[in-house]
Amino acid sequence: MRWMWIDKFVEFKSGSSAVAVKNVTLAEEHLHDHFPGFPVMPESLMIEAMAQTAGILVGQVRNFEEKVILAKIKKAEFFDYVKPGDTLRLEAEIGSVAREAASTSGRITLIRHESPEQASREDLTKDTTPGPAESQKLIAEIDLMFSHIDQNLAGKKFPEENFVFSGSTFESLLRYLPSDSAGSSEHRSEQQ
Amino acid sequence: MAMSRDEIVQKVQEVLVDALGVDDDEVTPEATLMGDLGAESIDFLDIVFRLEKAFAIKIQREDLFPAESLMNDAELISNGKLTEKGLAELRARLPQTDLTAFEADPDVNKLADLFTVNVIVNYVERNLNAA
Repeated sequence: MRWMWIDKFVEFKSGSSAVAVKNVTLAEEHLHDHFPGFPVMPESLMIEAMAQTAGILVGQVRNFEEKVILAKIKKAEFFDYVKPGDTLRLEAEIGSVAREAASTSGRITLIRHESPEQASREDLTKDTTPGPAESQKLIAEIDLMFSHIDQNLAGKKFPEENFVFSGSTFESLLRYLPSDSAGSSEHRSEQQ
Repeated sequence: MAMSRDEIVQKVQEVLVDALGVDDDEVTPEATLMGDLGAESIDFLDIVFRLEKAFAIKIQREDLFPAESLMNDAELISNGKLTEKGLAELRARLPQTDLTAFEADPDVNKLADLFTVNVIVNYVERNLNAA
C-alpha cells in the first residue's frame, strides 16, 4: 500500500471540494522526537495531509489519467499545535483548473476529544460550535498548486510507484461514504 | 467595465506580491518576472489564475506568457534564436513592447527579460477593453 497520510474522506464533491480526516496517534514514531516529552504534529506533515486531500480532489477531475504533483505552497499558516489523540478535519476546495495545473485552497480544523470538564475549562470553542465532549478549532490555512506533469516536461514518463494518488487509493479512501458517492462495497467488507 | 490604468496597475501589483512573495516596491513596471521577481514556471500559472479572479477575465496562458509555446516550434526558433517568423509571432503577442533591442540579437535566453510587470498590465488592459 502506498503511503497515505489521511484516513478517509467524509465528503467528496467531484471537481469542487472534499473533506478528509486524519487521526493523529502517538504510535507515529516521529512524534517521539518532535519533541521529546512534548509530542506535536510537524507542520510539514499537515501540509502533506492537505496535499493528499487536495491532490486526490484534483486528480479525480480527470479520472487519475494525469499525474498530479504538488508544485507550489501558496500559503501555509498555522494557528495552534496538534497533539496525539486529535483528529484533523481537512477541507479542500478547487480554485482553478487548467490543462497543465490546478490551484486549491484549504483549511484544517481540529477535533479534540476530551472530557466534558476540560471542554468547559479551555477556550477551544470560540471558532465553531462544539459537539458533545469535543470541540473544533481552526488549525491551519493551506493553499496549494498542483502541476499535471504529463502536460509539462515534454511528455517525460515517470514510474507509477512515485505517485500516491491513483484510482484505487481513491476508492479505498471513499469506502466510508454512502454508496451513491462512488464508494465501493468490496473494500467495505475487507474492513469488517 | 471601466477600470483606469492606475487601478489595473495596483491590482496587478497585489497579484504579484501574493503570488511571488515579493514586496510591493519591487514590483516596478520594468521589473522582469523571472529575473527581478524570481518567478518560476508554476508561478506563471498561479499568476494567471489570480489575474482571472482579480479581474474576472479568462486568460489563455500562452497568450500572456507565450515563451514556452514559441520554444517548442522549430519554425519559430532556429539555432537558439528566434527566426523572422518567430519575431513576427512575438510582436503580435506583445504589441505594446518595444522589441528593437531584442531584435538585434533575438537569443531565446533573453526572451525572459521581455516579460515585465508592464506586459501583464498591458495584457489585462487589452483584455478588459476587448470585453
